[in-house]
Amino acid sequence: MISHPRFYWGETGNDLTPTLFKLPIPASRHLVPTGYAYVLPDQNGWSRYLHFQAAWVVVLTGLLYIIFGLVTSHFRKNLFPAKADLSWRSFANEVVSHLRLQRPSEAEAWSYNALQRLSYLFVIFVLFPFVIWTGLAMSPAFVSAVPAAVNVLGGQQSARTLHFFVSLALVLFLLVHVGMVWLAGFRGRMRAMITGRAGIPRVAAMVERT
Amino acid sequence: MSELSRRKLIATGITAAAGVAGLGVAARLAEKYGLIPPDHGGIYGLGETLTYASQRLLTRHSLAREFSRSQISKSPFANEVEPPTDEFRRLQAGGFADWRLSVSGMVARPASFSLDQLKGNPSHTQITMLQCEEGWSYIAEWIGVPLSQVLDVVGVLPQARYVVYFSIEPDTWESIDMADALHPQTFLTYGMNGDDLPVGHGGPLRLRLPRQVGYKSVKFITHLTVTDNLKGFGKGLGSSAPEAGYAWYAGI
Repeated sequence: MISHPRFYWGETGNDLTPTLFKLPIPASRHLVPTGYAYVLPDQNGWSRYLHFQAAWVVVLTGLLYIIFGLVTSHFRKNLFPAKADLSWRSFANEVVSHLRLQRPSEAEAWSYNALQRLSYLFVIFVLFPFVIWTGLAMSPAFVSAVPAAVNVLGGQQSARTLHFFVSLALVLFLLVHVGMVWLAGFRGRMRAMITGRAGIPRVAAMVERT
Repeated sequence: MSELSRRKLIATGITAAAGVAGLGVAARLAEKYGLIPPDHGGIYGLGETLTYASQRLLTRHSLAREFSRSQISKSPFANEVEPPTDEFRRLQAGGFADWRLSVSGMVARPASFSLDQLKGNPSHTQITMLQCEEGWSYIAEWIGVPLSQVLDVVGVLPQARYVVYFSIEPDTWESIDMADALHPQTFLTYGMNGDDLPVGHGGPLRLRLPRQVGYKSVKFITHLTVTDNLKGFGKGLGSSAPEAGYAWYAGI
């Protein structure tokens, strides 16, 4: 991205063609017309190695997560929202309580509300698959075997532009997610995420809720 | 901690041991079927090996996308090249009449070809995309002779595993496995968009490899050598790209 902070739509694009948009940053290649008088050092070699190795971590842990999620009914039990929670009114309540930055009660700590469930589902089943797909759609070898992967996106440069926005959405989710964890009590929530235990026993939480 | 029983510990241990053994078997098989890239060492070696092996299995015979004549880019961007060497300037002054491509290594009949000799073969064309790892791209018609035809003429020995190719530019060389070397779209390219290949795009002779990003398509090719082992070339990482920090396999 830093070696070519210009984005296009369609199959091709380069320094001699019009852009869809440009990022207002300097580049690591001096032929790119950025408007800056200086050129950043080239970091593409190791960062490409790191990027593609990290992609394998995402794909392989993602596959394990999906398999376990299906086998243990994690998605059905914990992520698909209950019908009752999908009304506009309860939705509005959740949005308001989020905006007021209210800390979740002890009882809520054991479960996700509909807003959280829908965000997680969107990240797991839309953003992650799409970021992997748009990434593969840029690979000249992969699309030689599966040309439809890039053709349906409108071209290789379209895939690059979409990949940029989807990864931006994932970074945004990460920042907001960590921010919310912070507000909800960082130590307690981190303990819950890592050990799978909330601060209070599940039974007590259930009783409190009813 | 009480839930982490001895049984769980034993099960975890057995799973881990099976995993390690499985990896060992996988590594043997991968080596046997040529699925391990020369730059497999170091902290990024595992990801690199997974990428090369899976793409090699998926794409051994697949063809890069070809485009229609109307999709040829009106502004193909010629990336920067090092200032030409004196040798290059001398050959350019002579209209590249003395440009030679020599072929050596594991071949039955080592040979050297002039551009006219290469152009004497029936010419082939492909309209494919050149995409740079930096992110930019263009589509052009490339005219040349498939590398496989030249390899047929010199007679590649059966134990050959890689073709190493060298630019007239110092320290610029790459290599490809036989799947890529014999691939019908791997061209020794001498023409572009109906004309001679411009110097900016690698003229007079460029190896085009449309299933990998641009830096594998080395400009100003003067020499090919066929080998069964890349260890003896440079630092043994397969090409000058890993020596500069870039991956040897560039299909992604």
